[in-house]
Amino acid sequence: MDDGLRNELSKQGVVVVKLEELYNWGRKNSVWPLSFGLACCAIEMMAASMARYDLARFGAEVFRPSPRQADLMIVAGTVTKKMAPQVVRLYNQMPEPKYVIAMGACAISGGPFKQGYNVLKGIDRYIPVDVHIPGCPPRPEALIHAFMTLQRKIDAQKLTGPDRARHLNADLPSEFPVPLFGEHDLVPSKNPNVWRPAVVVR
Amino acid sequence: MDGTQFMTFHDLAYDAGKTDFQRKAEVIGVGREGELLEVAMGPQHPSTHGVFRMDVVLDGETVVKLKPVFGYLHRNHEKIAENTSYLGSMPYTDRLDYFCSLTNNWAYALAVEKLAGLQVPERAEYIRLITAELTRVLNHTCLAGFLLQDMGALGTPLMYAFREREKILDLFESLTGARMMCNYMRFGGCRCDLPAGWLAEARKVVAEYPKFLDEFDALLSGNEILMARTQGVGKLSAELAINAGITGPMLRASGVDYDLRKVDNYGIYSRYPFRVPLGDHGDVYDRYMIRMLEMRESLKILEPALKDIPEGPVVDPKAKLRGFRPKPGEAYGRIETPKGELGFYLISDGSPNPYRYRVRPPSLINLTILEDMCLGQTVADAVITLGSVDIVLGEVDR
Amino acid sequence: METLEQTLARAAVAAPGAQLSVVKNDSPCAQHSLLVDVEHAYAVAKFLRDDPQLRLDYCSNVTGVDFLDAELSEKVKVKKVVDGVEKEVEEVKKTKRAGYLEAVYHLYSMALKHGPVILRQRTPGRADPVKVTSLTPLWRSCEFQEREVFDLYGVLFDGHPDLRRILMWDGFKDYPMRKDYAEPDDYEYEPTPHDEVLEKAKAHLPKAEVKA
Repeated sequence: MDDGLRNELSKQGVVVVKLEELYNWGRKNSVWPLSFGLACCAIEMMAASMARYDLARFGAEVFRPSPRQADLMIVAGTVTKKMAPQVVRLYNQMPEPKYVIAMGACAISGGPFKQGYNVLKGIDRYIPVDVHIPGCPPRPEALIHAFMTLQRKIDAQKLTGPDRARHLNADLPSEFPVPLFGEHDLVPSKNPNVWRPAVVVR
Repeated sequence: MDGTQFMTFHDLAYDAGKTDFQRKAEVIGVGREGELLEVAMGPQHPSTHGVFRMDVVLDGETVVKLKPVFGYLHRNHEKIAENTSYLGSMPYTDRLDYFCSLTNNWAYALAVEKLAGLQVPERAEYIRLITAELTRVLNHTCLAGFLLQDMGALGTPLMYAFREREKILDLFESLTGARMMCNYMRFGGCRCDLPAGWLAEARKVVAEYPKFLDEFDALLSGNEILMARTQGVGKLSAELAINAGITGPMLRASGVDYDLRKVDNYGIYSRYPFRVPLGDHGDVYDRYMIRMLEMRESLKILEPALKDIPEGPVVDPKAKLRGFRPKPGEAYGRIETPKGELGFYLISDGSPNPYRYRVRPPSLINLTILEDMCLGQTVADAVITLGSVDIVLGEVDR
Repeated sequence: METLEQTLARAAVAAPGAQLSVVKNDSPCAQHSLLVDVEHAYAVAKFLRDDPQLRLDYCSNVTGVDFLDAELSEKVKVKKVVDGVEKEVEEVKKTKRAGYLEAVYHLYSMALKHGPVILRQRTPGRADPVKVTSLTPLWRSCEFQEREVFDLYGVLFDGHPDLRRILMWDGFKDYPMRKDYAEPDDYEYEPTPHDEVLEKAKAHLPKAEVKA
């Protein structure tokens, strides 16, 4: 259907959409985050859902305490090595489609605590991350921006074809191995299927 | 379960009189045969603040054993601080108790000032006092919200608390440039002077705050459900509180008159009269009430301090920021933060980095007697008892 | 409040046989501390807690400190005969000090509102097992803090009711706060130059890029 006809119909009060658009429209406006705070960023995450910033405007105010009911995991704060297996396990427990926002410098790379012996140098070593928000901590506006970025990302996902969304592609994994506590460090210290060191072009 | 196992029930033979702990154990009859349920609450649990974990053993709904498990936010603050300069640790102190970055800054600055013998100019003392008391108000407001959240009042009180928090955060932001991680104090003063118009803004916030507290009080303090849930729950005796090193509002709720603002007389607290509220019963309700009353006392300090603040420099001109090397020695500095006694223990060997840097975290030590307070109660009461301790995991695990 | 020397004298009477000494602190705050041997630490601490003049009922802070083997150099004035004339010459005298671990306790009194009295216990060396006396039976507040010192420094506390790791996981083998701790090598190369971090990360740089 061409755009002219569609516009004409919408003026008449008839909305015509593709199934893909309707599906994504519904999903992107009802992202339920997992209520799961790790550190300082969790307070800003709460502030984003409270009175002044009001995350409810984006359909994402329903913080679910159980991963089984959540669509989105906001990794808000420093992921320590003691906590990393639990974070991966929570991710595995979430049903598809699921998304991850790495909120703050610590979740991205270890941030100011990067040199710590018990600090994981970025959660993307074990699970795939959809949106990164820099900041220490990011302001609630930054989290809202991340939400809007995620909404755009969801909106662009395909239902069919080779580049269809992950949850519709049975070949792609939806669970990732949980690292084990070793004698000196986590085993393994990263998941090479998810994360590789940055390639530097000079 | 991730490898942490339950230990056998330890019969702690305190010779400080066979305490509540043992008597309770006898009353409940720990160790008797029966169906006991082990539950690991946390590290991801809606009611444990942050990534705190309690391994609870339940007999029906009654708690018969409770072991806190820490370390899920252990981010090596002390090790990192020993590998960086004195000033370099200042931003890390913000992230200890991330509700109260300014009081953390002050505690660290105070310890270094003791170590190096620095003086703080008058105006800086006033700014420190004002920001610290604003932090106290902010922290206690949020705590009341979180406590009610734990009791099941989802949303409303916390929403009001965060609304007020934003007003104070606006003040912090215009003063320091950051909402939460202020990184504002320096050894021998503060980083920068107050921006134009800040005092007027602060006076406005302080003048309007009692109105909010009245509303909050009317909504909560006399609420029948709140009283039923909190009174007589999580009792803590004064003797045990002292022996277990409990500090802050929790200690005072048990009726011990020990406030470092009065005892140590640091800063310029001696210039302003304020009362130290004390509790009678040492239960959750008293801990809640102490915080409500402390906020009013803080506002009583703030009001005249915002009028009296003199002009002048905000940092000791002799204090060096770069190349700061205190003489070999050690110092322990402590202040009364909203959570309790926050201390910094520093050992200098004359190099630019501290040889030993230790944080005495009030939140961790206030959890020592969590098991004693929760034994024999229901799980739901254990949750609000934890809520009334007021912990922040950044400080518990560091 | 009495001076630390007076406390020492009275503690020596109360706990016969205890080896006590004052560790001087040169910083302006002059918080000197009381060093006590491991065997008599409990008796001395009990005296400090129960003595009516001191009543140190509140143990605020428990810390571990790690001192590596070190070569101390101190300047000594020596009289020497130089060219037939007796002169006073400064010489640097070097002594070797064996490393040790310390447990430091900051004691206050809530009843009398004074303090701090700082109590130190020292281990003879840094090799395992390093043992000091637990003061948890006297002050409950030591419970978690001594566990933390055990976890991060590997100091064993004799008489502690529940000594196990508190911050790190149970299978962890190292004592990370010790000065000679080698941290796990998990620095992959990242294009953010950051002094020490960059140096560590360079070891992981793919070979071809090192040449470039």
